[in-house]
Amino acid sequence: MATTAAAPAYPSTDSYVGESGLWSWLTTVDHKRIGTLYLFTALFFFLLGGLEAGMIRWQLAVPNNHVLSAEAYNQMFTMHGTTMVFLAIMPLSAAFFNYLIPLQIGARDVAFPRLNAFSYWVFLFGGIFMNSSWFIGAAPNGGWFGYAPLTTLQFSPGLNIDFWMLGLQILGVSSLAAAFNFITTIINMRAPGMNLMRMPMFTWNAFVVQFLLILAFPVITIALVFLQFDRFFGTNFYTTAAGADPLLWQHLFWIFGHPEVYILILPAFGLTSEIIPTFSRKPIFGYPVMAYATMLIAFLGFGVWAHHMFAVGMGPIADTVFGVTTMLIAIPTGVKIFNWIFTMWGGSIQFTTAMKFAIALVALFTIGGISGVMHASPPADLQQTDTYFIVAHFHYVLFGGSMMGIFGGIYYYYPKMTGRMLSEKLGSWHFWLMFIGMNLTFFPMHFSGLYGMPRRIYTYDAGQGWEGFNLASSIGTAVLFIGLLIFVYNFLIAGRRGAIAGNDPWRAGTLEWSIPSPPPEYNFATIPRVTSRLPLWDLKAPALNAEIPHSERGDTRVDVDVGSKHAGHSHAGFVGNLPKQATEAGMHIEEATGKSAKELGIPMPNLTIKPLICAAGMTIMFSGLLFIHKDKMSLAIATILTGALIMILSLYAWVLTPLEDHH
Amino acid sequence: MTHAAAALSTHDDTHGHPPTSTGLDHKKIAIWAFIGSECMLFASLISTYLIYKGRSVVGPYPHETCLPPTCSTPLKAILNIPVTSASTFVLLMSSLAMVLALAAVENKDQPKDTFGERILGSSKLWLWATAILGATFLSFQAFEFTSFVHEGLTIRTNLFGSSFFTLTGFHGAHVTAGVLWLLTLLAIDYRRGLGPKDAVNVDIAALYWHFVDVVWIAIFTLVYLIK
Repeated sequence: MATTAAAPAYPSTDSYVGESGLWSWLTTVDHKRIGTLYLFTALFFFLLGGLEAGMIRWQLAVPNNHVLSAEAYNQMFTMHGTTMVFLAIMPLSAAFFNYLIPLQIGARDVAFPRLNAFSYWVFLFGGIFMNSSWFIGAAPNGGWFGYAPLTTLQFSPGLNIDFWMLGLQILGVSSLAAAFNFITTIINMRAPGMNLMRMPMFTWNAFVVQFLLILAFPVITIALVFLQFDRFFGTNFYTTAAGADPLLWQHLFWIFGHPEVYILILPAFGLTSEIIPTFSRKPIFGYPVMAYATMLIAFLGFGVWAHHMFAVGMGPIADTVFGVTTMLIAIPTGVKIFNWIFTMWGGSIQFTTAMKFAIALVALFTIGGISGVMHASPPADLQQTDTYFIVAHFHYVLFGGSMMGIFGGIYYYYPKMTGRMLSEKLGSWHFWLMFIGMNLTFFPMHFSGLYGMPRRIYTYDAGQGWEGFNLASSIGTAVLFIGLLIFVYNFLIAGRRGAIAGNDPWRAGTLEWSIPSPPPEYNFATIPRVTSRLPLWDLKAPALNAEIPHSERGDTRVDVDVGSKHAGHSHAGFVGNLPKQATEAGMHIEEATGKSAKELGIPMPNLTIKPLICAAGMTIMFSGLLFIHKDKMSLAIATILTGALIMILSLYAWVLTPLEDHH
Repeated sequence: MTHAAAALSTHDDTHGHPPTSTGLDHKKIAIWAFIGSECMLFASLISTYLIYKGRSVVGPYPHETCLPPTCSTPLKAILNIPVTSASTFVLLMSSLAMVLALAAVENKDQPKDTFGERILGSSKLWLWATAILGATFLSFQAFEFTSFVHEGLTIRTNLFGSSFFTLTGFHGAHVTAGVLWLLTLLAIDYRRGLGPKDAVNVDIAALYWHFVDVVWIAIFTLVYLIK
């Protein structure tokens, strides 16, 4: 591995100035450390979910295989889906939200640092809680969608579903708390000059995702409350004998579930929108339209849920309406695809590993998007629903889209997080193995699906034309694993052996690259004054900013007006801010000084263990509900009350303690 | 809180922090986001109640119901609209008290010359009034729930029971959380006094409280008044 020619005077990887040791991690309120915790935890769960997928593919490699029993297979695919959605992709996105949002908008932390720590610990405990079900042989087995009435006590008497619904309830608290935090952070903590139409595209996508989270999660919360009441207290929400509508759960779940799809993909879109301009050496094409397309996707995302339910027989009018709204979403999504392509068009493209992953997202997501438009049509969907065609579709958008974007983001931001570069050589191996493995795994599923292979069957007979496709899928999964192992090796080894990154190894344009890698605890010694959408290019490569309307020469306005009326105008003759003008306006590059926040007189929040205790109390409270089914009512009540007491006391202790010492 | 006061208090609390982009306190933005989220929570509960209205296969029913064989003696309505109207009035009055409590905290530093200003200036009085009116509403709800159980309607009886108790119970839980929040503010008020610098903390409690009231107006209309 190459090292940079000139080592900086101050060792760059020591530029994180702050506490160290286990206790400092348990009590941290630093958004960068919390982001790092999210990243490691979510990657662990991603590997776990991958192993579950591996078991599924092992079982399905050949007909009439018996690696897994039918019951074990149900648990495997349920936990694979649940883990990948709630414990891998969402928290991987959260890792980037945490790490990047404050850096990209020029803030020193999030609005509520302790709430941020609480979100992480709740996520960790929720993930552990749900996976602890494996140890008593009662892992969730009702699918990641948990359709009631199937999941009611009558049809699913075991603890499996209890672990699932309580686990999701815990994880929902984590996502909601984080979303309130990030909304406030983005609205209220932007540096001077960082108006909304100058925000980096990742922050824009993250911003929109937080609104999806706060509006979608309450709906599944209520669906889960109904299920809990049905299972624990004998209510009738999903009891058809009492007149209940068997579609109630499906409607509530998918009103959450479809926005959830955009919660999973938009952060990856955001990362891609950072990577492609940097490695094309061009500002992103159609910045305002990218922002509006993101909002439009989110808005339309709430009006398409019933396309998951064409097969239940809603009637021609509902089918038509939901078919049309679903097809409409292809428009803003297509806008994004074309904007990425036009960003690359005419650019001087560098094929770094991050760029390869970003381009793969554009290509693979398009394939998944096109098959998505296919089953937006109800007659086509009736042929495809519940077959492997659907499995192929959503793995192209979630693996080909979300995960490719997230891996691109990891290669792009690892140097910022650690101060060292991931190996590009290993990265290239990782990328090509993953790209080939991904297509080998999921492309044949289009065919096995069209040949009629249903989803969620644990084995199948020979002679139906499915063997070749299934074997190819299983071989593809093995290739994916090899790629993944190379990534894990690269990820772990580069922290010590990687080349020193310096502030800005990719010559990027956004604020996070103006500070040392890894950033000091306070991020910015002096809050920058933002002079354009790509303020660092104002300083380093003003010619590249020529296309940005906001960067008229001498336009050094640093107003903080929301949605400045100047955004989006395009005039001839813009040549960008000159470095001198940007510097005079207050945009600057910070080198590592090794000085602590205290030495610089920057107020920092105190370390605290209370959010962790509060999260633990809440998890104990929820887990107490498990004992109701074991007919240990007094134990259940004792556990619930103990958990509630811990939660409430630590919450009071937390809220009544000031965030930081007063001077 | 006026904008000037907001800017002032933000300035006072910064301690070296840069001013916020909007000039508003972080908590104010967060509580609005929270309220937006809560709208979806109650929308889900209320929609389910409405979808399940008239689908119960056994009684008791919310409103007077005529079942074909015994149409001459229709089934009695279980909802007691006069009593709930009274509790609704109590809850709405609590919002008025909350407004006065916030005004009292914001104006604590103003000179108290006249009797009227002294009354309006007492944050403890109005916080107590809000909390007690909230607790009164909860007592009405406890009375209502108890009488329903005596009349044979529990959360397990039918779809109406399940959706009614869950919806109104969730609302009651929100009021309970609000009362605890108010009592916490009162405890702080007794310990060190609430003044203009605490206004944002009272303000967010007030926004939450008003939101819970507004939700009740929707519930009272859709569940009780519309047959």
